[in-house]
Amino acid sequence: MSEQKKQERIGVYVCHCGSNIAGTVDVEDVAKWAADKLKDQGVVIARDYKFMCSSLGQELIEKDIKELGLTRVVVAACSPHLHEKTFRTAAKNAGLNPYLVELASIREQVSWVHADKAVGTAKSKAVVSGTVSRVIENVALDEIRVPINPNTLVVGGGIAGIQSALEIANAGFHVYLVEREPSIGGHMAQFDKTFPTLDCAACILTPRMVEAGRHPNITLLTYSDVVNVSGYVGNFTVTIKQKARCVKTDLCTGCGICQEKCPKKVIDDVYEAGLGYRKAVYTPFAQAVPNFPVMDKENCTYFLKGTCKACEKFCPTGAIDFTQQDELMDIQVGNVVLATGYDLFDARRVSNYGYGRLANVFTSIEFERMSNAAGPTSGNIVLRDNKTLPKSVGIIHCVGSRDKNFNNYCSVICCMQGLKFAHLVHERTGANVYNFYIDMRTAYKSYDEFYQRVLEEGTLFVRGKVAEVTDAARMPGEEGKLIIQVEDTLAGKQRRIPVDMVILSSGLEPRKDAKEVGKMFGISCSTDGWFTEKHPKLDPVSTMTEGIHIAGCSTGPKDIPSSVAQGAAASARVLDKILQREVVLEPIKASVNQEMCSGCRICNGLCPFNAITFIEDDMKTEINPALCQGCGTCVAACPAGAISGTGFSDTQIMAQIDGLLRNFEMAAA
Amino acid sequence: MADNNFEPTIIGFTCNWCSYRASDLAGTARIKYAPNVRLIRLMCSGRLDPTFVLRALSGGADGVMITGCHPGECHYIEQNYKALRRFLLLRRVLTGLGIEPGRVKLVWASAAEGARFASETTAFVEEIRKLGPLNWGKPVKRLENLQEEISKLEEVPA
Repeated sequence: MSEQKKQERIGVYVCHCGSNIAGTVDVEDVAKWAADKLKDQGVVIARDYKFMCSSLGQELIEKDIKELGLTRVVVAACSPHLHEKTFRTAAKNAGLNPYLVELASIREQVSWVHADKAVGTAKSKAVVSGTVSRVIENVALDEIRVPINPNTLVVGGGIAGIQSALEIANAGFHVYLVEREPSIGGHMAQFDKTFPTLDCAACILTPRMVEAGRHPNITLLTYSDVVNVSGYVGNFTVTIKQKARCVKTDLCTGCGICQEKCPKKVIDDVYEAGLGYRKAVYTPFAQAVPNFPVMDKENCTYFLKGTCKACEKFCPTGAIDFTQQDELMDIQVGNVVLATGYDLFDARRVSNYGYGRLANVFTSIEFERMSNAAGPTSGNIVLRDNKTLPKSVGIIHCVGSRDKNFNNYCSVICCMQGLKFAHLVHERTGANVYNFYIDMRTAYKSYDEFYQRVLEEGTLFVRGKVAEVTDAARMPGEEGKLIIQVEDTLAGKQRRIPVDMVILSSGLEPRKDAKEVGKMFGISCSTDGWFTEKHPKLDPVSTMTEGIHIAGCSTGPKDIPSSVAQGAAASARVLDKILQREVVLEPIKASVNQEMCSGCRICNGLCPFNAITFIEDDMKTEINPALCQGCGTCVAACPAGAISGTGFSDTQIMAQIDGLLRNFEMAAA
Repeated sequence: MADNNFEPTIIGFTCNWCSYRASDLAGTARIKYAPNVRLIRLMCSGRLDPTFVLRALSGGADGVMITGCHPGECHYIEQNYKALRRFLLLRRVLTGLGIEPGRVKLVWASAAEGARFASETTAFVEEIRKLGPLNWGKPVKRLENLQEEISKLEEVPA
């Protein structure tokens, strides 16, 4: 063993990363130290360079591999998550197996987190020493190539999911579009106008919905939930639960007679935000895609009392089927796009704004429905009594956002949403409109112009966080009004502004089940609860889990253009994978040495991916490499040391421990 | 053992998916923390063989930090629970060997918790500083020819 070690010829490359590393670490000293003190380990060359990841830096390594016959390479630079691939590719170009290259992170783990140069230099030496010891034990590995299933699953039928599905379908590949609600369309289908152009949301959305609904490459699975996901990039098996519609979709023509005849009215909490009614058998809105209704079993008279069946009686095609049950189906897909959207912040939580207690305080989604011509008030902006026009309206921004009591983040859309509301109120009622804002955030194309327009229309702006909305009148003129108590930070004084109507521009929150959904697909959420991107700037639609992509508001608050752009971007990622036909997997797998396996079966219960099977005939355990995900738990558990894991073997890790502590031994000596 | 100049050496095991990325995030956000911890990346905290910890302590480390995904958030579904079980057992073994169990710490840190990773690291360094150096004699001599030794033990006397 020790003889073999001496044969390795190791090159150590220490990166300055401009001043990112060199500012806190004496990189030249680290390189000199490695060349001198790690010579006995097999280090034959140690260099430092301004930017190792540049093409010149890579050429330097490639040249040394060829000319000096290096058999191992250590690059002391940034995190392996950033440039491991870069340097492994460089090694491959020079004819060295890529898995004989290791990165020592001296930027994220040293220079960026420590201030003292002497300390940083010493720690860098330890990290390099550990990595050199480890790389000696590395073995050449071959990449694993597996074919990619060209089908894709898109979860969420909002505008981001629809866009994503259409892009992939138009490129000629099959998409399963899964939506929880009876219709696709998402939040956008509830809106009236869209800022800053004020085009009607339905006019621009419904053609897309219809396109998705009719597309030969899209299988629409509405009123359905994903309940299980297994497999890995290229080869996922997804179980989908199709909730019982109680309507045979092959017979239903979408004529709407059942909805007309259904005697049961139910308050529509979802689509109409509680302002309007639907029937117990319903499509959420007239342009729903698909246009088949669903039966609300919780409210249907037949399911409650056992009689009625009015819908069945009147259905001209006999499509109603009360006996339908939820169905589970398995689909095979190669890639997934999660566009699961957001939940609206529940304005009741800000109790001082009185929503739910004071009748004429409305939420943004209630206002959207009210201002929508197809909505419960036919587009009339009226008070809760459904008839009185407001003479003055206060719009409060940042409800539940930029507030340490609720959410720290900015919900992005609320400023523009508040301005849009101001414009609509002004246009339709002529009322005085006040906007209460903390900061006006109107970035992006044509947004600030819209702000200017609303300013010119005569909307009044008060800069300050509203303390309270109350109906307790204290001064003349306040009786019967809602009084907005606010500190006007520009005028520098407290103000009480009486209005007839208050609209709360509520923020966006992650879906309540975002964590569970993330867990099911093997991706993580930020501390706020949004899905975490692979890289916030350079890879915003990919995740740490290969094959799982994210788009739209599931990754954070976004306006419609950004959601659409992300939906398309995620599809570009998916198409890139499909067109490569196969995917390269890291060869990090566990395997059992049959000679050493005692058949104790300790490992058998440890694998959550069912990769471990016990062969009764031989009384030995086997690992299926296709199912093994490479976590290494069984490797750690085997009492006989019969299981080894490539890439993170016991010898590699033991060597790294020794190498990291080498510095200590020298200091103590 | 009131040596104020004592700088502990600590080995930290991190999970590739959460805590290693948390340490990356601490770096990107330039959060400063104690420099005494040297990290080893594993694919999962479930990969942690307790002998790694013993090797580190016998090789000169004063403490070992084991980090992984929060319970319920494991990239490999549930392997961090196995790390938790091993950790609890390991503490009992260490106590049996006369080593303070506080020299080994388990920290959950998600990929988003760079600040938590930094503060937990600094806190652990201070805990170890209070415990003082481990002084587990000289680095333990390794059995170079383990297989030979085992064969010798297995020999049945005639």
